[in-house]
Amino acid sequence: MSAGMMKTDGLRRAAVNVDIRHVDLSYGANHVLKDVNLQINPGEFFAFLGPSGCGKTTLLRLIAGFNRADRGDVLIGGADVSSLPPWKRDVGMVFQSYALWPHMSVAQNVAFGLEERKIPRDEIARRVRTALELVGLGHLGERKPSQLSGGQQQRVAVARTIVIEPKVLLLDEPLSNLDAKMRVQVRRELRELQQRLNLTTIFVTHDQEEANAICDRIAIMNDGVIQQVGTPVALYERPANLFVANFLGAANVIAGKVEAGFFHMGEGLRIALPEAVDLPVNPHLVIRPHFVALSPAPRDAALPAVVSHTEFLGATVRYGLAMGGLSLSADAPFESGAALFKPGDPVFVTLPLEKGVWLPG
Amino acid sequence: MTQAALSPLTQPRRKASATPGQIALALGIAAFLAVFLGLPVATVIYVAFTEKGTGAFTLINFVDFARTDLFIRSFWNSIYASGMTVIVASFIALPLAYITTRFDFRGSVLIQTLAFLPLIMPPFVGAVAMLLLFGRNGSINLLLDEWFDFKIPFMEGLNGVIFVQAIHYFPFILVNLSTAMRNIDRSMEEAAQNLGSSGFRLFRRIVLPLAMPGYVAGASLVFVKVLDDLATPLLLSVKDMLAPQAYLRVTSIGITDPMGYVISVVLVVMSVLCMWLSARAMTGKDYNTEQRGGGGLAKRQMKPHEKWIAYGAVLLILMLVLAPHVSLLLLSFATIWSFSPLPDAYTTAHYTRVFSESFGYIKNTLIYASLAGLIDIVIGGTIAYLVLRTKMIGRTWLDWAASAALAIPGVVLGIGFLRAFYDVQLPGGRPLATMWIMIVLALAVRRLAYALRACYASLQQISISLEESAENLGATKLRSARKILLPLMAGGILAGFITSFSTAAVELSATLMLVQSSDDAPLVYGLYVFMQSAAGRGPGAALGVIAVLLVAACTYLSHLVIEKTQSAKGAIQ
Repeated sequence: MSAGMMKTDGLRRAAVNVDIRHVDLSYGANHVLKDVNLQINPGEFFAFLGPSGCGKTTLLRLIAGFNRADRGDVLIGGADVSSLPPWKRDVGMVFQSYALWPHMSVAQNVAFGLEERKIPRDEIARRVRTALELVGLGHLGERKPSQLSGGQQQRVAVARTIVIEPKVLLLDEPLSNLDAKMRVQVRRELRELQQRLNLTTIFVTHDQEEANAICDRIAIMNDGVIQQVGTPVALYERPANLFVANFLGAANVIAGKVEAGFFHMGEGLRIALPEAVDLPVNPHLVIRPHFVALSPAPRDAALPAVVSHTEFLGATVRYGLAMGGLSLSADAPFESGAALFKPGDPVFVTLPLEKGVWLPG
Repeated sequence: MTQAALSPLTQPRRKASATPGQIALALGIAAFLAVFLGLPVATVIYVAFTEKGTGAFTLINFVDFARTDLFIRSFWNSIYASGMTVIVASFIALPLAYITTRFDFRGSVLIQTLAFLPLIMPPFVGAVAMLLLFGRNGSINLLLDEWFDFKIPFMEGLNGVIFVQAIHYFPFILVNLSTAMRNIDRSMEEAAQNLGSSGFRLFRRIVLPLAMPGYVAGASLVFVKVLDDLATPLLLSVKDMLAPQAYLRVTSIGITDPMGYVISVVLVVMSVLCMWLSARAMTGKDYNTEQRGGGGLAKRQMKPHEKWIAYGAVLLILMLVLAPHVSLLLLSFATIWSFSPLPDAYTTAHYTRVFSESFGYIKNTLIYASLAGLIDIVIGGTIAYLVLRTKMIGRTWLDWAASAALAIPGVVLGIGFLRAFYDVQLPGGRPLATMWIMIVLALAVRRLAYALRACYASLQQISISLEESAENLGATKLRSARKILLPLMAGGILAGFITSFSTAAVELSATLMLVQSSDDAPLVYGLYVFMQSAAGRGPGAALGVIAVLLVAACTYLSHLVIEKTQSAKGAIQ
């Protein structure tokens, strides 16, 4: 702990916030960002999460200065940087491809940003050493990038960026070029480093597990619009709309009609609604598979269904259910020795409304 | 990769590496290369290192070379002219490459197209015409003298050689450099901008080093080309350079004089050394494979004043590049053009004369270049097949040997052919070396690498599973090659043929040595003979215009063919 603190001394500085105000961006007829507003707090590890083409990378590149907004401003630490070119913004970006320059050694790559800042030679040497040690590559400075493994290249890219002590660290899908095992290890290291440096960090990913695992808050994006901003738990438990509910984890989304205190889901299936429930227009019930309870025998308020498929996933078993005209998923914890339902088995399904969320369609 | 190559345990057991038919083909090609490339070059080296008459090994010829002022001067002149040509050509090519790759610029297409113009005309064709524009009493200097009272020695001595060669060969640098620059991953540049770099510093520290392999490849090609060219210096009356000296020794003193061979060996060594140095400078620098992101460098809009500068630069270079062509055209229609900015009057008499008297030249050129092109695609296609589709031992040696011909200067090959085949008597006592077919074979060897590359590239794009599925359905190797590969490769083969054809049609360095009578001479030889006398300049220029049109048509044709096959391939995929 103390060793780590000492090492980062030179690189740690006061964290700043990032403020994105009413940003619009179009490429011709393609409206990529639509009135984007975001406040990212100092020292926060923040994620832009969404499917490909949702505008998340465009937004990141806008903060770095590689894209210009048609309208709106980007403020870093309170200062408007909208009109600054990339090289005057002082935000560090780690590229998806790492973009290590193949004609320079690892140390030369890391020294580049400091040389551009006309920092004295001996200080450059010292800071390059510190940065490389920080990412655990102190001994590989003389290598060429092509002589390193993917994980090592990624760390060089990070070292090259943090050595300039950027105000904000931008990570563009930094884990996508790593294999599954490395990805878990490197994301943990990134989080640790970010905490040690107390550095405001924005992380672009399409992988919800990555975002959930290391980020303080997440902005879910789709089609150029920010759908919801919140902590991973809040987004999972209280999705603001059906897109967020479907995008984050598995969800059963059931459309239906409210009539006389009941929620009608078609083909004679209905559940009684509690007294004080506040329903939106065109309500959809969203309920996670692990809240759906199954039993072999009829139970109070349980609905009949038939198992359509059984997937053994290790800790859990996921059942596909045909219930009336609906398809549902239910996750049951796997217990050693217990018999699994087989496709074709009749089961009875309980939907605990208190654990579900009502969303407008 | 290197680890796998080093470990002997991972090598699979050797199986029969090729069919007897393939082995026979390989041996045939090896024999061809040995006789028509290996033997001539070996003969040149042998003669250079042996005593005249006795055949004993000696270094005395090289000592003589070093002791002769003329040769030493020629040696340095050749290096100076080649080096300066590279520098001048770089000054033309660098801004053009930068403008076309970094900006959204309407002139870019124009530049990339006009860059090929000089290549369709060998430098010596325009050399004399350039004298009339840029010479001491050429149009430009006459005007300069009249208006500003001074002259610029564009064409004096080596200046003329450098000037003419640079204008002709800068496209080699431009094309290689701009391809390399376009291949640079955009994130390479953005990462530098992100870390605080911009403008010229960014260009110098990131873009230029990453494009360096392309520049070196182009520059070394230019160096070797200038080293090899003997007609341009001779037509500009520069005799003290190596290639002209080799030619003059052999033609004026005789085929037995060792100095021509010594100079040839020096030329080979310099040209191989240059290629080796450039290859060495580039080892481990094939950056393309290490860049995984998308898109080339970001292009940006030009500001108005930048546009003015860019168009100005392009216009200036366009005028320079077109100068040999324009002056050649003027010359071909001129009655008298001397001591005046423009010809006195115009006539079509030169063309009439050329068509009536020199039609044999054109016919010979068409025959020689077609035969050479044919030989090249047969051999080139076969080598490509052996390299890419068999595991035959030594197949890469064939590839290497065929490509090595690029490093042998034409004048050296010509001298080697003369010497090696002069003693081979045909029935009737005529030496083999004096047969016109020798010109064809020399041209074929000189241009083999071009056809080989074209065939290789087109075969490389064809998935091997296409043949395997034919074999799976019962076709033999030969039949699957004929029925599947050949049709799919047709475009690439045709492109290779046209490249070989059009470059062979204007090749002079080797041809000049081998032409024995004007009946057997190709167009370029006639052109060279015409251009040597003041009276022959008009018809010479007319012949030059015909040559340019001929090659331009072929180049355009090959461009169309390549484009068409590429779009057809795209449709399949």
